[in-house]
Order: sequence, then structure tokens, then C-alpha cells
Amino acid sequence: MTSDATSASVGASTGAAAGPVKDGPAAARGPRGGRGATAYPRYVAGKVAGAAVSLLAVLVTSFFLFRLIPGDPVKFMTGGRQVSAEQLAVYREQFGLDLPLWQQFTDYCGKALTGDLGTSYQFNAPVVDKITEALPNTLLLTGTAFVLYTVLGIVLGTRSAWRNGGFGDRFHTGLALTLYSLPSFWLGLLLIVTLSVGIGPLPGLFPTGGMESGGGEEGFAYAVDVAHHLVLPVVTLVAVEYGQTLLVTRSALLDEMGSDYLTTARAKGLRDDLVRRRHAVPNALLPTVTLIFINLGRTVAGVILVETVFSWPGLGGLFYQALSVPDLPLVQGLFFVFAAAVIVMNTLADLIYPLFDPRVGR
Amino acid sequence: MTTEKIPAARPRGLAWQRRRASAARFWRQYRAHRAGVLGLATLVLFVLLALAAPLLVGSDVDDVTGAPGSPLERPSAELPFGADRFGRDLLGLVIWGARVSLLVGLLAAVLSVAIGMVIGVTAGHFRGWYATVIMRITDWFLVMPTLVLAIALATVMSRSLLTIVVAIGVTTWPTTARLVRAQTLAVETRPYIERARALGGGHWHIMSRHVLPNVMPLVLAQTTLIISSAILAEATLAFLGLGDPTVVSWGGLLQDAREAGAVSAGHWWYLVPPGIAIALVALAFTLCGRAVESVLNPRLGVAR
Repeated sequence: MTSDATSASVGASTGAAAGPVKDGPAAARGPRGGRGATAYPRYVAGKVAGAAVSLLAVLVTSFFLFRLIPGDPVKFMTGGRQVSAEQLAVYREQFGLDLPLWQQFTDYCGKALTGDLGTSYQFNAPVVDKITEALPNTLLLTGTAFVLYTVLGIVLGTRSAWRNGGFGDRFHTGLALTLYSLPSFWLGLLLIVTLSVGIGPLPGLFPTGGMESGGGEEGFAYAVDVAHHLVLPVVTLVAVEYGQTLLVTRSALLDEMGSDYLTTARAKGLRDDLVRRRHAVPNALLPTVTLIFINLGRTVAGVILVETVFSWPGLGGLFYQALSVPDLPLVQGLFFVFAAAVIVMNTLADLIYPLFDPRVGR
Repeated sequence: MTTEKIPAARPRGLAWQRRRASAARFWRQYRAHRAGVLGLATLVLFVLLALAAPLLVGSDVDDVTGAPGSPLERPSAELPFGADRFGRDLLGLVIWGARVSLLVGLLAAVLSVAIGMVIGVTAGHFRGWYATVIMRITDWFLVMPTLVLAIALATVMSRSLLTIVVAIGVTTWPTTARLVRAQTLAVETRPYIERARALGGGHWHIMSRHVLPNVMPLVLAQTTLIISSAILAEATLAFLGLGDPTVVSWGGLLQDAREAGAVSAGHWWYLVPPGIAIALVALAFTLCGRAVESVLNPRLGVAR
């Protein structure tokens, strides 16, 4: 069966050439070709089932991983105050910590399936509430940054590849690699020092952190205030993230550039610009599509540092706060959300990829 | 001409000569990549600094009691980088910190690549249920957010350098495993593998003598790139306060700076040197990795 061989070789080549995008959707296992219309639904079902198994595995891991933390969580809850033994017992019972581990585990799984992730020790509020409270803020930050760095990466990557070896190419690849090597938290701190606090004659242009000034603005004034607070965190995220998109787009396009159909297109008299936009780029963007989705999941998990540095009231900042207590139910819940974001996005990439590239998954 | 002088009775000598020749060829092509050479030079400089640190700054550089400057002193002729929040010499601390950052980066990358290589080669060599199960596990690790998992592991285990190495090593291996498996599958279809099998070569013989040498170049490039991200991860974990508090590292220095309020006070000179050091070393490893990659696979078209 030929389709088996094709799918294996496609998997190998994406794995090797795309660098950070580990073979992704092209790794469709086994023969899937030649079955006509039924192939895609079956492919979807397989991918969704795989994702469900992964999510369950994450749920189990997050429970056991964080039980390994040394120390008594009740001690953290009472914050070092003198508490009587009875009161400690009450706390234990309240959070179910007096039960045997397996019973805690079954309770945890049962509740998680009904959408209850437990109660935060630190805030004494349901974990789900804390997460839904912080989620929009994280989505605002990551969403803005994601759109900007994806567009920037693709545009600059395309131009770099088109003028391979030229000054612009060397400049942009070098700059992207340099920014990609910066620790995001350091870049954030540096931006705060220079643009928020101000050095010497420089005035502080941007707020040092948070999401709003708290002056009680409403409507448009509030939106402007939030946007003002958004600038530096977004710049930090875009600076450290766009490099990868640029490099993947560039190398994918370079792979494509030697192809015969491009020579044909130019030979029939098409302008350079049209050849690039209509012929080369759509094909070259295939690996980038996978990367975009993977990035979307990864960025949600990767904002921990930027949110911590800029005191942004999102999931990442919450995770840092929860870790320092440690607030087990909250850490568990956030860990699950971060992993779920990545899993869901990877699955979406798997599902969408065959629509772009009919060689895969049909 | 020299090849003809080697008598046929000494295949080992012949093999070594070939190896030397291919190493020389590799170096010739590597030298053509200016960025790669620049990266290598930076690395050599940092490694020399790290090795010579006891001679240059002395091991009492992190001693709080005998600190040469006053807390948060500005850069001056005596203390070119200024002083940290305990009055210690920042230049000395940054040089001393290179030891931890490079060591942790190297060890974590070696651990990560070793796991990835064993898993990748075995999963590519043994088909059937073993490969299926192993690749399922790899896929599962691949979708876990690496940083979050590393933070979780570092939180769970005790604060030490080993913890950091393990936390980074066991969370970054899946990419290597995938790459190595793909390469192993490609190598295993070649006729000489069939020949080796026909002559009675066992699994171990085929994996160690035929597959491994063909996978090694890829692994080398991958290692260099992983060291770069391991150094960044080490700095990140130390910055979050999950590192060993008793050793000086670049990430730890930045955490100190933040805790001392250097950000809101505008003490930029406290923040800049450790961050530049991290970025330089991470960039240098990335440049080397890309140069190695493009020597091995010229189709990637890395700018020279």
C-alpha cells in the first residue's frame, strides 16, 4: 500500500525540516489513504480520542505530582499562626485532607469531571472561579501578542526568504535569533526600568504593572487605560516569540523556492511579487500553520513570567502566587488548564491541517 | 596518495584516517559560517572565564561579610559593574555565575539528549507494541507545557542544582526522541542494515554500530540547540526562586535584583550584566547549533 509509505516519509521530513514544530499532524499513523470520504471523520475521531486520553492523563498527573510536595498544606493555610489541634482537624476535614490518598483521588476525579476543581487554600474560593476570573485577562494579553507576532513573523520571514542572503535577510534573522535568546522576564524588567521608571532624563512613559490605574474610568477611557498597561507586556511577548515564526516561515519558503512550478510561473511572465504571493507563500505556510496553533497553546502557558514581572492579573501571575504558598488545588487546576490549552490547540492543528494539505489524513 | 600506503591488514587505521578527514572537512565547512564561528568564539571565551573564575575573582566572591562595596553601589573604577544588594562585586558575581549556568545547561542538555537518543533509537529499531507505547508516552510529554512541567518538578523536589538539571532534562527530551526516531527509521531501510542482519548482527550490534553513528551528527546539532534553551530554562527557574539559594547563578542574581527593588528604583546597572550574559551564551549556542545543522543539511539555507 503506497499511502503508508507516503505518510511515513511526510512525517519524517516535517520532523527534520521544521525544527521546533515536531512532526505534528503529519505523523498520522498507519495507512489512511484511498478510502474516500470516510477517511477524514475517522481521522478526526482518532485525534479527538487521543486528546481525551491525554487530558485524562494530565488530570491524574497533576493530582499525584503535587501530592509529592513536602510539608503539611494545613500549616500553609494557617499562615504560621498558633492554631489548636482541633482547628487543624477542622481544616483537614474541610479540604478532605484527612481521607486516605486513594479516596482523595477518586473524589478529585469525580469532582473534576463535573467541573469542580476544588477550593483554593489561599483565597478560600473555588479554583474554577479564580481561573475564570483571570482567564479573560490572560486571553487579552496573549491574544494581542499572538496576533502581532504571528503577522510579524510571517511577513518578515517571507521577505527574508525572498531576499535570501541579502542585507535585510541577515539583519532580520540575526535580530530574531538575538531576541529569541533573551530571557523574557529580563527583557520585561529592562523595559520597566527604561520606559516605566525612567533613567535619568527619560520620563516614565508607561505604567510599571497591573492592568488598570484604578481611577474608576469607564467606557472608552477605561479601554485606553488598559491598552496603555498592555503595551509593555505585549512588546515583551512579541519580541521573544516572533523569531520562531520568522525562522520557520523562512526555512519553509526556502525549501519551496527551488520548485519547478515557481520557475514555470516566472517563465510564463508573472511578476515576482505575484509568484511569491499566489504561488510560493501558500504552499510554504503549511508548516507555519502547525506552528501557529502550537504557539497559541504554548503562549497561554508561557505567560507565567511576563505576567509575574508586569503584575498582570492573569493565569500566569496566579500560578506564581499559588506556587509560593503552595496552594495545591489552585496549582493543580492551573497546571491542568495550561496543559489542556496546549493539548486542545495541538489537536485543532491536527484537525485543520488535512484541510490545507490533502496529502495528510485522507 | 596516503590512503594507498595503509596496508589492508589494518582496517582500524583506515577508519581513523577517514574519520580525521571527515572531521577536517566538517571544520572547513563550519568555518565558512561566520555566525557559527562568532558563536564558538563567544563560547570559548565564556568557558575560559568560568574555568578561570577561581583565579580571577576568588571563591569568596559570594561572601556577604567581606563585601568590597556598599549595598547597591553605582558602577565605578573599582567596581566596574557596581555592587549588589549586599555590597558584593557584581562583575565577580557574573563571572562566577557562568560556572553554574554553563554546568547546569550542559548537564541538563546531556541528560535530555541521552534520554531522547535511547528512546528514539529503540523506538525506531524495535517496531510493534514497544514502539507504539513508547511513542504514545513521547507524544504525551511533547504536548505538556515544558516550562510549567519543569516548574512543577522543581517545586516538588528539594532545592538543588541536581533538581534543576533533572527538571529540565526530563521535560525537554521528546523533541530529540522524535527527531532521532525519524532518522533511525530512515537509516534502517538502507541495504547495509539488511546485510548486517543477514551476517548475524544482533539488535545491539545494529543499533550501536550502524544506526548510532548515522544519528550522531543530528544529535550533535540538537544538543547545541538544547543547551541554549536549557540555559534559558535554568535562569527562568532560578528567577522564580526555584534554584539552589546557596549558589550564584545569573538567574539567581536577577531574582536578587528584583527582590532588592532594583526595578522600581531604576538601578539598571544591577539588571543589565546578568541578563546580557544569559542572552550572549544562549545566542552563542544557538548560532553554533544552526551552523552545525546547515553544514550537515545544506538545504536549510542558513545565512552565512
